[in-house]
Amino acid sequence: MKTRARADYRGVAVAVPVTVPYVRYSNRSAHWWIAQAVSGLLTQSGLDKSVVDGVCVSGFLLFPDTAVGLMQHLGLSPRWLDHIPMGGNCGVVALRRAARAVQSGDAEVVVCVAGDTNHVDSFRQTVASFSQFARDAVYPYGSGGPNASFAFLTDYVMRTTGITREDYGKLCVAQRANALSYPHALFKKPLTLGQYLNARPIAEPLHLFDCVMPCAGAEAFLVTTEDRARAMGLPYATILGTIERHNAFPEDPIQFRGGWALDRDDLYAQANVGPRDIDFLQVYDDYPVITAMQLEDLGFCAKGDVQSLIRAETFTIDGTLPLNTSGGQLSVGQAGAAGGYLGLVEAVRQLTGQALGQAVPDAEIGLVSGFGMINYDRGLCSGAAVLARGVRA
Amino acid sequence: MTAPLMRPKRKNPVVKSREPTLPPWARSRVALGMTAAAAEGRFELQRCARCHAVQYPPREACHRCLSDDLPWVEIDGGGALISQTTLLHSHDLYFRERVPWRLGMVQLDAGPTVVVHLHGDVTEPPTRVRVAAKLDKAGMAVLVGFPEKERAHMADDRQLREFTCNPQFRRVFVTDGKTATGQAIVRALATAGADLIWVGHAEPWKAAPGLRALADIPQVTLLPLDVTDHRSIKEVASQVGPKVDILINTAEYHRAFGISARQGTDIARMEMDVNYLGLLRLAQEFGPIMRARGADGQSSAVAWVNLLSIFALSNFPAHGTYSASKAAALSLAQCLRAEMRPAGIRVINVFPGPIDDEWNQLLPPPKLAPDAVATAIVHALREGIEDVYPGDVAQEWRSRLREGAKGFERELAAGSGT
Repeated sequence: MKTRARADYRGVAVAVPVTVPYVRYSNRSAHWWIAQAVSGLLTQSGLDKSVVDGVCVSGFLLFPDTAVGLMQHLGLSPRWLDHIPMGGNCGVVALRRAARAVQSGDAEVVVCVAGDTNHVDSFRQTVASFSQFARDAVYPYGSGGPNASFAFLTDYVMRTTGITREDYGKLCVAQRANALSYPHALFKKPLTLGQYLNARPIAEPLHLFDCVMPCAGAEAFLVTTEDRARAMGLPYATILGTIERHNAFPEDPIQFRGGWALDRDDLYAQANVGPRDIDFLQVYDDYPVITAMQLEDLGFCAKGDVQSLIRAETFTIDGTLPLNTSGGQLSVGQAGAAGGYLGLVEAVRQLTGQALGQAVPDAEIGLVSGFGMINYDRGLCSGAAVLARGVRA
Repeated sequence: MTAPLMRPKRKNPVVKSREPTLPPWARSRVALGMTAAAAEGRFELQRCARCHAVQYPPREACHRCLSDDLPWVEIDGGGALISQTTLLHSHDLYFRERVPWRLGMVQLDAGPTVVVHLHGDVTEPPTRVRVAAKLDKAGMAVLVGFPEKERAHMADDRQLREFTCNPQFRRVFVTDGKTATGQAIVRALATAGADLIWVGHAEPWKAAPGLRALADIPQVTLLPLDVTDHRSIKEVASQVGPKVDILINTAEYHRAFGISARQGTDIARMEMDVNYLGLLRLAQEFGPIMRARGADGQSSAVAWVNLLSIFALSNFPAHGTYSASKAAALSLAQCLRAEMRPAGIRVINVFPGPIDDEWNQLLPPPKLAPDAVATAIVHALREGIEDVYPGDVAQEWRSRLREGAKGFERELAAGSGT
């Protein structure tokens, strides 16, 4: 049976990018961080809380609450509510869900928010009980957390493709250069390739600057109709296309490719653009091996050819193929589920003239991709969205 | 290549003994199927009865056809190492104390990709490996990747030793050296490289055959010990307790007959006094001392072995009261296992069929030679196995009990069984 053509995202506006400044450790709970983001969104947009009729929430550390308990906590009474426990893919998926709710009229003013805290011991606890498969078949093996899982993948890719630590280092160094103008990045000093290469080993072949740093923070954005955004005078971006996929290629012995490879043609067909039309890329970057995988699987180069791409591009805001223009998680920090929003919120800023740091010159179209949930040996969720500059208010 | 283990230096009494820590022990219920097999030294995974897909991690449904008929079957551990890492950082206290720690990802010939603790002798990927299931210090099954071919000193790998209880360079206490089985065990331990072997003997004024020859083994020291006398146990515990790395309780009292062939309870009382209460007394005195040394360097306290009987699992009416005392001892051994677990000390239960000794004279063959029991115990220590069923009779009982304990009880009542 032929797949039905997917509807477009006409009439939907993505606006009001909000970041609650990150900190390494916080005594507050995830609820506080999410509340700050919602509050920031209302202030920034001028919306009254009572107008919010849709909410989409992500946070690892809301437990024992879900999105439902959070509504009473925050005094919100939405007619549409979603909870997206998809880690690094939660931003793209929240966008897709909220856009359809707005298009169908099930909700009109949807706040999408993700946030997490980071107590001194909370990362260890999250890792220890991340999933049934992780608890049964990964954590008892050295308890290295995601570092160990991505070390396996990095080791495999380095052995089979010849990509080097210097190549991965170039991505990390470029992202750090981008981070220097972004005020909320926790890493504020430049990174040299020498520092990257000589950093202490964490899980061979990964060294310190290959690994994201857990922190506390929150991100939010608003999804509503273009009409309402215009009426409120909110600059906004539009959605050209999106994809998501879960448990792609389950028979692959190791995750050398992600769901993007399966769905990117669908994405670019819906968006009616190709990789060459993309002005900047915000990819999920918990480890550089995943950044490189997205460059391949999203079609910026052939599979296995990312080394040439890395050597050809600068990835800096003022150079070629700007990548993770806020610095990405490797330079900003990984605030739990907010890590899944970081690139999307930054993309909305870049497309609405609201960049907090250096702006990508003449940015009209941006690509955001997400990746999440290392369940056993691989990340299960992938997704991507192509966004465009909307009509200025 | 693994460097051969050296005899450890004397312990510095000024340095604090490290407190035992355990690797993460939380598992889902379905994952415990792997532990059940590893406890007996087997590597088993779920294989779908409907579509034959082998899967890992363990699941509640077949990932291919969604069947819930997922029997655990023995898996050939052959596979390809496709990737490796060495951890230098860990979120867990136990591993933090033990990094660097080598791990691998193995694509099993049987299908799934598994994360394994990787033996130091395995060469860089891609290479062939053999995967086995072992119990870790928490008593939970973990997978270990070995070189495909056996190599010299492989057992001495630092990581592998966390999963095994090799008697080499360890100090062992065997509670009764007067029986043929006790003596066979002592000899096997000496051959296996045990550093010191203390051997208990009750009623020292009675010369037992073979005991003097035992004392001639250089590592052996005889100690008077009566497991029915709490004071005697206390005395021995205060003498050697803090040095015992492995305790093997061979003390037993064995007489034939069930209920009506005897008058009174004297024999049954003696059986309980030695076989059940003897274990209890030993556990009360030696348990806490050994628990304190669960992570005491290369030759830490590591195992407690109970010589039980296959009759502990279902009553053998011809030796009915003996069976009952061994069943009681088994139940207590499970309690001991729970209490030794926080220190990572393995409680190994040995369930031999009838041993070829004077108390089983009237039982028909096959009967187990004392040396075979000894070999099985040393093997279990080296491999880290916790439930041992040596010999054909024990194996047959084990499989018949699995097929149906009730039917087997009927057959035993009708006079079959050995």
